[in-house]
Amino acid sequence: MSAFRRLRNKFVLILLMLSSGTVLAAGGADLMRMEVDLSNQAALQRGAKTFVNYCLGCHAAAYMRYNRMGQDLGISDEVLKSNFMFGTDKVGDTMTIAMRDIDSLRFFGVSPPDLSVTARARGADWLYSYFKTFYVDESRPFGVNNLTFKDVGMPHVLWQLQGMQHLVHKADEAGAHHTPTYEDLKLITPGKQTAEEYDQTVRDLVNFMVYLGEPIKLKRGKIGAWVLLYLFLFMIIAYLLKKEYWRDVH
Amino acid sequence: MADIEKNIIAGLTGLRDWVDARFPLMQNWNEHLAKYYAPKNFNFWYYFGAFALLVFAIQIVTGIWLTMNYKPSAENAFASVEYIMRDVSWGWLIRYMHSTGASAFFIVIYLHMFRALLYGSYKKPRELLWLSGMALYLVIMGEAFFGYLLPWGQMSYWGAQVIISLFGALPIVGDQLSLWIRGDFVVSDVTLNRFFALHVIAFPLLIFGLIGAHILALHKVGSNNPDGVEIKKNKNAEGIPVDGIPFHPYYTVKDIFGVSVFLIFFFAVVFFMPEMNGYFLEHANFVPADPLKTPEHIAPVWYFTPFYSILRAVPSQLGGVIAMGLATNIFLLLPWLDRSPVKSIRYRGWNFRCALIIFVISFLTLGWLGMQAVTPLYTWMARFFSVLYFAFFLGMPFYTAIDNDKIVPDRVQG
Repeated sequence: MSAFRRLRNKFVLILLMLSSGTVLAAGGADLMRMEVDLSNQAALQRGAKTFVNYCLGCHAAAYMRYNRMGQDLGISDEVLKSNFMFGTDKVGDTMTIAMRDIDSLRFFGVSPPDLSVTARARGADWLYSYFKTFYVDESRPFGVNNLTFKDVGMPHVLWQLQGMQHLVHKADEAGAHHTPTYEDLKLITPGKQTAEEYDQTVRDLVNFMVYLGEPIKLKRGKIGAWVLLYLFLFMIIAYLLKKEYWRDVH
Repeated sequence: MADIEKNIIAGLTGLRDWVDARFPLMQNWNEHLAKYYAPKNFNFWYYFGAFALLVFAIQIVTGIWLTMNYKPSAENAFASVEYIMRDVSWGWLIRYMHSTGASAFFIVIYLHMFRALLYGSYKKPRELLWLSGMALYLVIMGEAFFGYLLPWGQMSYWGAQVIISLFGALPIVGDQLSLWIRGDFVVSDVTLNRFFALHVIAFPLLIFGLIGAHILALHKVGSNNPDGVEIKKNKNAEGIPVDGIPFHPYYTVKDIFGVSVFLIFFFAVVFFMPEMNGYFLEHANFVPADPLKTPEHIAPVWYFTPFYSILRAVPSQLGGVIAMGLATNIFLLLPWLDRSPVKSIRYRGWNFRCALIIFVISFLTLGWLGMQAVTPLYTWMARFFSVLYFAFFLGMPFYTAIDNDKIVPDRVQG
């Protein structure tokens, strides 16, 4: 039985090695999968709200303008000002923050990175996994660690929503310790949201961050469909023209 | 009505004659288009020259507009690219066309070169045509390398750092040489600034000139074709090759069709998968360059990976650099390594056919290996395929000399 398991593990390892670089980027851990969906505007608005409430305190999104987000997500300037902006910024400003790098470096040991294009660097699956795998670890400065991003400097900002997870080590059949996996996380202290609600909050947030990474993503597919339709018609005409000219080549 | 038409035509003809008396307009038009006779049997593989010219035009035009908004400084480069992506009207389209164009350039050129291998287009009398094309290829590699630093992401930075430091492996002059290229002890603002200058003016000028030389050389000797038959050997009473047709309108109209198909693929990438899963735009390059943080896994963009694999396959760094340099430049020797009297693969024996198949497999496998993190197995695979890669060239004088080539027909077979 255990010989079979070893063989199976080896096989999985080979598959992992052969699969794309995204797996390697996660440091060997398999990520939770999340389907990105940018078509639901209400969900993107909810994600934006979570983002400005929970992330924008310490992280900036300095390449993104508030009113660009407003136009893309159907949020009026008034609502932007009252519900999405908390400083003295104007709607045409970018999403910068007041905290200085030199201060945050002292607070957290690392300056929180700008989040404008984080979704493009990390990928949606990574972000989704990251937000769901904080757990209590008293050895860390903020009392939490993360399975997706080991020894991360960031506290679990969404803990009030999710509650607190603990790492429950299950010794396997052989009795040896194994590297913790996502299955080892158990929600011990419940938060304001149920597991399903928190999952939805995280999905909305990640979808928003994917939008934030590339705002034109909402539209470029629609524009592209017309461009390809035009090129396809042009190709037919070009083919007929070529055929007509080549009639006399033997 | 007819009178007006006649007058317009007479006026335009007059204008043309006026120009023609002062500038060799019709002479060049005829020499390079209307009376340039190309073989009538071009197939699929003969589109890629025209595609390469198109991609060059796309890169120049989109490049001009990018330059209007890009800031070549370590402080602002990354932010200015995001500014182009978000705030500049249609900036995202211009940028994606340029980034997709870079990869498209290499896809097209690799297929264009493969065509030359298939049909022996590098052989006498087309040696200079081949050499000018190889010079173009090498200059375009430089152009791509300089351009890749400009977004100032982590991969831009560390890719440049790794490649420039390779020059440091050269004996005696190495350190001074890499210092001279960077203009600093590490890749820095100074490096970015000079790479920008090289990318937007020096190398494009070189490419432009080399394309001119490449086309002039082509039109001097005439195009090869899938049968590898010289059409100039069979001319009619007027001195026109019997198997030739005027480039314009026959191949212009055919290339317009080809271009429409190419653009469908090109814009499908631009609009639907501009990152191409991290192959055209690497994920790690969306993190701003950080000189203090080396990424775990540094891989060059896909079009350099076959040579990167060869570099890593050799245990000593100097040896690796030499092997990589040889691998990119050994194509230059092809016209003299190939001893077969036959050009086209259609009439070549199985020695060459097998060698070409093995070479293509080696090239592709090395390319794939160059994207992976190093493991002992992969290193040995890279060594194995590097040997095969060089064997294709170094063995060529022998296996082509004793190949069982077939009889080449006198006329093109259609």
